[in-house]
Amino acid sequence: MTEMRWDVAPGDRPTIPASEQGASSGFLVYTIGLLLAVILTVTSFWVANTSVIWAPGVPAGLAVLAIAQMGVHLVFFLHITTGPDSSNNVLALAFGVLIVFLVLAGSLVIMANLNENMMAHSELMNLQMQH
Amino acid sequence: MTLLGKLDWSAVPFDQPIIMGTVGGMVVAIVSILSLVTLKGYVPYLWREWITSVDHKRVGVMYIVLALVMLLRGFADAIMMRTQQAIASGGGQGYLPPEHFDQIFSAHGTIMIFFVAMPLVIGLMNFVVPLQLGARDVAFPTMNSISFWLTASGVLLINVSLGIGEFAKTGWFAYPPLSELQFSPGVGVDYYLWSLQLSGIGTLLSGVNFVTTILKMRAPGMGYMRMPVFCWTALASNLLMVAAFPVLTALFAMLLLDRYLGFHFFTVDAGGNVMMYVNLFWVWGHPEVYILVLPAFGIYSEVAATFSEKPLFGYRSMVLATMAICVLSYTVWLHHFFTMGASANINAFFGITSMIIGVPTGVKVFNWMFTMYGGRVRFTVPVLWTIGFIVTFVFGGLTGVLLALPPVDWQVHNTLFLVAHFHHVIIPGVLFGAFAGYNYWFPKAFGFKLDESWGKAAFWCWFIGFHLAFMPLYVTGLMGMPRRLQHSDVLAWQPWLWIAEAGAVIILAGIACQIGQLVVSIRNRENLRDTTGDPWNGRTLEWATASPPPAWNFAVQPRVHEIDAFWAQKQRVLARQDLPVRQREYAPIEVPKNSPTGFITAFFSVVTGFALIWHIWWIAGLGLLGAAVTLLAFMFRAQAEVEISAEQIDLFNRAHPVEVSL
Repeated sequence: MTEMRWDVAPGDRPTIPASEQGASSGFLVYTIGLLLAVILTVTSFWVANTSVIWAPGVPAGLAVLAIAQMGVHLVFFLHITTGPDSSNNVLALAFGVLIVFLVLAGSLVIMANLNENMMAHSELMNLQMQH
Repeated sequence: MTLLGKLDWSAVPFDQPIIMGTVGGMVVAIVSILSLVTLKGYVPYLWREWITSVDHKRVGVMYIVLALVMLLRGFADAIMMRTQQAIASGGGQGYLPPEHFDQIFSAHGTIMIFFVAMPLVIGLMNFVVPLQLGARDVAFPTMNSISFWLTASGVLLINVSLGIGEFAKTGWFAYPPLSELQFSPGVGVDYYLWSLQLSGIGTLLSGVNFVTTILKMRAPGMGYMRMPVFCWTALASNLLMVAAFPVLTALFAMLLLDRYLGFHFFTVDAGGNVMMYVNLFWVWGHPEVYILVLPAFGIYSEVAATFSEKPLFGYRSMVLATMAICVLSYTVWLHHFFTMGASANINAFFGITSMIIGVPTGVKVFNWMFTMYGGRVRFTVPVLWTIGFIVTFVFGGLTGVLLALPPVDWQVHNTLFLVAHFHHVIIPGVLFGAFAGYNYWFPKAFGFKLDESWGKAAFWCWFIGFHLAFMPLYVTGLMGMPRRLQHSDVLAWQPWLWIAEAGAVIILAGIACQIGQLVVSIRNRENLRDTTGDPWNGRTLEWATASPPPAWNFAVQPRVHEIDAFWAQKQRVLARQDLPVRQREYAPIEVPKNSPTGFITAFFSVVTGFALIWHIWWIAGLGLLGAAVTLLAFMFRAQAEVEISAEQIDLFNRAHPVEVSL
């Protein structure tokens, strides 16, 4: 095979030995993932109700915990790794993130612009009255 | 609350002779077909071999049959509208009252997009993609059958609306506030929403299925850059389905909540925002254009390469262009509502992206032309459709570039200019491609070619009829004629509308030729028989197996060493001047077992949908329960596959020798 490493067809010899492939699955991995997920969930409930943190910082803290939670899910439950045989999953994830970003950002910009543009500005109304 | 919700005899429009005549005709046709099938004793065969089949080839054929039948319905709507507009000028009222005309243009759009174009494209992908990949079936065969039958449920519901109740009068995109309960209190919008929800779930499942199939089930050795271009375009199209259809489902779910439970997502009062519907509809709607058109581009690529007997020009640029369109299709959706309140800067941004997306499409056009240039082009029917497409689509694309300029769009939006433009891209871009694919792969599906002369007649009727039907609409559009007019007082438009009517009649002749082609070919099938499995001197793996292929597709799974694997193998055989010794030792093959799950789930879905439309809550509950129980029963099935013995495979291969084994 002279092709690039990531272009592996089904049935080709895997580029890493099978013994290492199972590294991101198995009972232990799920347990670690569950523990991390529970810790992050409990922490976010604690953060929401605490007075230890400066109040305006709470949403930021929650956002950080939520992103960490996504990371834990991706790595421990959905087995997204950086290994070559995970390229399909990584690419699919990247595509999904890109599309969600385009749709959300686009919708927010468009809707904000429409709202602003379609407001009945008094000057604009006057301008139209002059014609 | 009554037992049957809103449903009573007043739902049937007995006072409308046109509707009742159509419904009567349809009922007679369906009853006579069903009784003929029953009397001839075909029911067990149909049930065993087709209805419960999870074979991707059978499912694909059923999709295409469904689409072609619905093409007749959608075209009937079209020619009725053209006739109405041609007659109802300068004081004439025509023969369609406004509330009926409104339903017809809504049904025409909905049917043509969701129940003609989509099933045609998905059906061709179903039939071809696993064969081209050298796979035995799709990744989830029973889910594939469920997808098909859910699409069929949507079709059934939309046709039921003709006789029981009404269809939406809102246009095919059902913008609120018109589609809200306040302005559309009838069941029309509910028919629209539920039939599209059902078929939308089917489409989403198809998308998941095909992405998985293409990523995971390619033949050994088929790296991504060895995939046939049709598989690439199918991958892009299915990625878009997976990404876009959930938006549509969520959007319709919100509109349903508005209509059924008094929510305020898109109402003007109580903080709703109408424009959010418009925005999200086109977040789905623009990728949908490419969901439809990309697989057709793939078909043109296959046809151009095969019939020029040359490798596709610029394979890598074709792949790159396909994937670029796949992403760019998510950056242009505002051009569908330039005039609905966005500022000049936003319009400029989306206008520019809309022009940029024309660039990869232009790359493809040049690739097809350079593929044919210097080749020995055989002018068969698929090639005629392809050349017809290139010529027509370039002009349709150019009017699209015009419309991408916001100032121009301001002048002609909502006129027949727009109608002419999108028909000008979607008819050559999707229908011509599907017809090319239908003629190209028909011998693979059924073992005999389609008649060439009838096929050519059909092409020329469609090609001439199309231009005659839609070029005048550009003119009336520029003269200011709005779309969806039931009648008008402007006599200057009328001659153009009559020319368009003549075009529609010529297209009708084209459709008649297509029916004639099918009938003549079936009667003459012994002369048109394809015994080699490779009637066109093809390049890709689907031609390496018998026509029609057995349930297991390939007796021995092919190994792929380069792009155009089948062509390369043929060249090697020719170079050695001898046929390789055919392998006589076959291993048994497991194929997925037939399952009525799809059919039964879809039956319960129709019941649920119909009950929800008419507010018959108890039947809706029973229908949902039935569908859930069916799926559970499938999940706990004892046996998922049946084994085809080695002797059976050997027997088949002796009866159907193919010239080159891989």
